[in-house]
Amino acid sequence: MISANLSAIFYLVSGILFILALRGLSSPETSRQGNLFGILGMIIAITVTFLTVGNFSTSTIYVFIFLLVGGAIGAFIAFKIPMTAMPELVAGFHSLVGLAAVFVAISAFKNPAAFNLGFPGDIKLASLIEMSIGAAVGAITFSGSIIAFLKLRGIMSGSPITFPGQHIVNLLIGISIFVLIYFLCSSQSESFFWSMIAISFLIGVLLIIPIGGADMPVVISMLNSYSGWAAAGIGFTLENTALIITGALVGSSGAILSYIMCKGMNRSFFSVILGGFGGDSSVSKDKKKDQKPVKSGNAEDAAFLLKNASSVIIVPGYGMAVAQAQHALREMVDTLKKNDIKVSYAVHPVAGRMPGHMNVLLAEANVPYDEVFELDDINNDFANTDVAFVIGANDVTNPVAKTDPQSPIFGMPVLDVEKCKSVLFVKRSLSPGYAGVDNELFYRENTMMLFADAKKMTEDIVKNI
Amino acid sequence: MEIDPFIFRFSIFILAIFVGYYVVWSVTPSLHTPLMSVTNAISSVIIVGAIIAALAGSSENIFEISSIFGFLAIVLAAVNIFGGFLVTQRMLQMYKKKKKNK
Repeated sequence: MISANLSAIFYLVSGILFILALRGLSSPETSRQGNLFGILGMIIAITVTFLTVGNFSTSTIYVFIFLLVGGAIGAFIAFKIPMTAMPELVAGFHSLVGLAAVFVAISAFKNPAAFNLGFPGDIKLASLIEMSIGAAVGAITFSGSIIAFLKLRGIMSGSPITFPGQHIVNLLIGISIFVLIYFLCSSQSESFFWSMIAISFLIGVLLIIPIGGADMPVVISMLNSYSGWAAAGIGFTLENTALIITGALVGSSGAILSYIMCKGMNRSFFSVILGGFGGDSSVSKDKKKDQKPVKSGNAEDAAFLLKNASSVIIVPGYGMAVAQAQHALREMVDTLKKNDIKVSYAVHPVAGRMPGHMNVLLAEANVPYDEVFELDDINNDFANTDVAFVIGANDVTNPVAKTDPQSPIFGMPVLDVEKCKSVLFVKRSLSPGYAGVDNELFYRENTMMLFADAKKMTEDIVKNI
Repeated sequence: MEIDPFIFRFSIFILAIFVGYYVVWSVTPSLHTPLMSVTNAISSVIIVGAIIAALAGSSENIFEISSIFGFLAIVLAAVNIFGGFLVTQRMLQMYKKKKKNK
């Protein structure tokens, strides 16, 4: 009903609104407004699509019904999901984008006339390539995200699954996708289309299984990026500006996040992707730790130390998320503040299982965001601080990263907690972190280990202050 | 010589990558989780393709293969759109500044 030119303008507007949505995230104050821009952009895109098709048959009613069914499920999940489950939620959502891309590509393949792409068996070459890429990347995003979801949820073990010849198998499968696309384009045969999708699902699984649990921040960001490229591929097929712009935005956003996460671990993107690193590594180090003396304490000792400090820096990590200790932690900090102790939080870029994981959990526990600092902003303050309270973090505090070139984590930026007068380490055991490296900090003079569940220990400390 | 419309779309795509690059670098690290959930929501704009596919069914046969996949894609994308924006909003509501009443 509205002309193609007019609808193209509206799609451009919604693309720009999506840019503004991301722009808003540059500070928490503007972020809520940014989100509204995003919602507005989406409403415009959907409305314009209805008006462009302009065919208000019975199908329209079904479209609304399915829209509402999906919307209701989405809204229900959004309100019910606990903040600690955010990483798996994001992984799950990525898988849906991927699968939706696959489905749209299938629709376009089966009924190209609806999209002005030609006719079944005679689809325009460029469109065929675009929809194949969209479908393949979408399928990889889907199955990869499902594996990431299962690992994050703990349904599947976080340890890497490797087998001999894995990289060669992956490479061959990757090449075969391109070969199939080539044959699909030359023959327009449906069987090539389906086998290409099937193989893409397979490679998605194979790509993610060798990657260990603690590398998940990179994996999630990478899948985020893939979901964007899949959307962009479909955008080219549909000749839709909103989709192309969004795909490019999301694709580059995910790529940047992957880069930031890799840098936070001082590892190359390829070494993460090739996998085999980390997981539940708590074996083989048992002999070593018996030899060195460790000073351990209880909640009373910790409370004493904290009470007599004048400044404290909290270093949260994945363990805090697992134990859901963020609320107890905030209570502890409130008590400390009442005693005029200066408290701030130090968040390492790769703490947790996804970018910004710790910040969200602290925000949930009502910690003001201006008390939470990034690595570079706070690292010099440790030297003038009385107590570092490390809760559920490990490798990101390991001084070995600065001193031992042999160590697998050498060169990784770490928080200088050892410069504090004393360090309190809440941890369940002495087991090394995901990198499988013993943390030298455990055996230092000024370190006191608090062996307990993070939440329980924090609550006990509050009682004792 | 006429320029293929594909080149125009490709130009938009490349420029949008650059825009994305600069915009995302300016996102504060503490909002990286909301960034992921909102990018999730906006990439579900793929729903426009799903709607076109779903509406393309003829009036005698609303559910043919292509439109069935369209309907399925609508459900998936709708879960993402509502879920993504709402969960982002929920997260962003939690980010509060220090109260200045000391």
